[in-house]
Amino acid sequence: MNFSFVGDNFLSLTVTGLTQGAIYALVALGYTLVYGVLRLINFAHSEVFMVGTFTTAVVWTALGYGVNDPAPGALGVVLLVVVAMLAAGAASGATGLVVERVAYRTLRKRNAPSLIFLISAIGASVALFETMGALTDRQPRGIPVLLKVKEVFSLFGASVTNLQIVIIVSALAMMVLLDLFINKTRLGRGVRAVAQNPDVAALMGVNKDRVIMLIFVIGGIMAGFASVLYDIKVGTTTYTVGFLIGIKAFTAAVLGGIGNLRGALLGGLLLGVVENLGAGLFGNEWMDVVAFIVLVVVLLFRPNGLLGESLGRARA
Amino acid sequence: MRQTLVRVVGGVVMSALAFGGATACKSDSGSDSAAGGDCGYKIAFFGALSGGNAQLGINIRDGAKLAVDQYNEKNKDCAVTLVEKDSAGSPDQAPPLAQSLIQDTKILGVVGPAFSGESKVADPILSEAGVVIITPSATNPALATNGWKTFHRGLGNDASQGPAAAAYIKNEFKATKAFVIDDASEYGKGLSDQVKSTLGSLVVGSAVVKEQQTDFSAVVQQIKSVQADAVFFGGYVREAAPFLKQLRESGSQAKFIAGDGVKEEVLVTGAGAANAEGAILTCPCMPGEKAKGTFAADYQKATGRAPNTYSAESFDAANILLNGIKAGNTTREKLNDFVNKYEGEGVTTNFKFQPNGELDPKSVQIWAYKVQGGKIVADKEIEQG
Repeated sequence: MNFSFVGDNFLSLTVTGLTQGAIYALVALGYTLVYGVLRLINFAHSEVFMVGTFTTAVVWTALGYGVNDPAPGALGVVLLVVVAMLAAGAASGATGLVVERVAYRTLRKRNAPSLIFLISAIGASVALFETMGALTDRQPRGIPVLLKVKEVFSLFGASVTNLQIVIIVSALAMMVLLDLFINKTRLGRGVRAVAQNPDVAALMGVNKDRVIMLIFVIGGIMAGFASVLYDIKVGTTTYTVGFLIGIKAFTAAVLGGIGNLRGALLGGLLLGVVENLGAGLFGNEWMDVVAFIVLVVVLLFRPNGLLGESLGRARA
Repeated sequence: MRQTLVRVVGGVVMSALAFGGATACKSDSGSDSAAGGDCGYKIAFFGALSGGNAQLGINIRDGAKLAVDQYNEKNKDCAVTLVEKDSAGSPDQAPPLAQSLIQDTKILGVVGPAFSGESKVADPILSEAGVVIITPSATNPALATNGWKTFHRGLGNDASQGPAAAAYIKNEFKATKAFVIDDASEYGKGLSDQVKSTLGSLVVGSAVVKEQQTDFSAVVQQIKSVQADAVFFGGYVREAAPFLKQLRESGSQAKFIAGDGVKEEVLVTGAGAANAEGAILTCPCMPGEKAKGTFAADYQKATGRAPNTYSAESFDAANILLNGIKAGNTTREKLNDFVNKYEGEGVTTNFKFQPNGELDPKSVQIWAYKVQGGKIVADKEIEQG
């Protein structure tokens, strides 16, 4: 164990962990929204994210921004990010919608048992990533470097870069917007109503199918946004990219309390920091072990996650 | 079960060939001479000509093709045919392809199989049938440890890169604090262990990254905190590209060196050209333009392209087989004996095989490549001593 290393670099590890955690949190929203409403774990969500990572690469290339071009100026960056977020959000949202229509709706109409949904979810996931694998020849794809990364300020010796600020701030902004949407708008009220009691909500005139489509699309859009941030941070993508991120995001959702939006945020950020500190303390290869031990310990004391489970009741 | 089936089928096929061979040969040579100085002997190329890794396969095929064309030019009375077996680089497609190859008794030897994965499943079949194998590109060390009696490797294996990379870190980087990373794969860990043992006390830290890992914050922080001035990465490009990006973005200027698993264009596109600049990649492959004699010019003339990775190695492998056929070794068994005893100069190196099929260690060359202006270009041959 490397206490002195973690002691010396605690803040640096926390900042980098928060950056990664912000991406987990955005992806976790998709899991948590669907679970909150349908009590269903949408395993194909990782592929919704994967589609977004490729969309960004394709859109930037189509705009003539190649992998070897120098990083653009501030205005260019904002423009490229906005365009990528629109495109990736649309592509991922559409993928989420297709998954719900093809893999889940027909099953739901026939009241299939939950095991069938699970198989259908895994099937959709495999079909999506194998398709992308075939389309991309299973090769990793490089993504243009968007930001010339530099230190913006130093926090007690831990440098904070423009990249980290962009990721954390935009992820938090998405979260706040989504939270307002669910809590303040008419559509959001519908989502909460269906989450609390689908049958009563339907009796009160809420169109359940439309709400379900809505949450798949919103979850997809959030994953699309996350994929843009991921592309900026990591710089490559492959057809299997969703797998690890998906597992981590799902873990984050459970950690915070699955079905709870603010829980997803807290869980994501916490997971990012914990695994980073764990990697620093025990070595990189123990990263996931530490993260999952923390998960188990938290669930021992708070079986419903840190912030509790229900989308409707937790006023998320 | 499947294994025994393969053996039985292989055995039946072989005995059929042995009985049918003599008569078939006679009739063949009769008809072929009518077609114009063709003795009917063939060598095969075995590797990817389609799919994601086709580029390497095409380099290899073109090298072998050049050798055959040059041979036929000089030996018009007894031309040799190059048979192309496209495996798409897939281990799943390799066994049936190898089966079809051994059934053609006129095929005496194979240039390939190109990749280690397909070699692992195709070589036992080829070897059982006595077909001479000279791979110009499959570098997994384990391939030479299976007792395949016709296996030969015309270049160094992965293991030979480790000491070379260490020598580069010591002599070229003049590094005093090296950080060694591996990905826990057989390939990556093997390389890293050799780098560590060769560098000894110069190694100030190490880390293991995981397959598909994309966030390397903790490792990067570790590298910065020990103030390493060189980083060796034993692994593949999928993890290396994001790692290198994050290393540079953290402000670290530590020099980066990795094995041939990272020698891919996506290192540059994935990490960003500016971040990848100056990265060193080792490879047991020789840059085609550095090959001896007129090879580079001939290749350019024949294909319209400059020789690329493994073209020259493949040219040499094909020439060894052709030399054997010219010397009258026109059965698989005789040709294998010929290659086993072969000693001669090629355009890449001096060829002499050890009993396990590996190239003589004195002949192994490891080259350093460098990322320069967004391209991977040849740097120099690494001197080890």
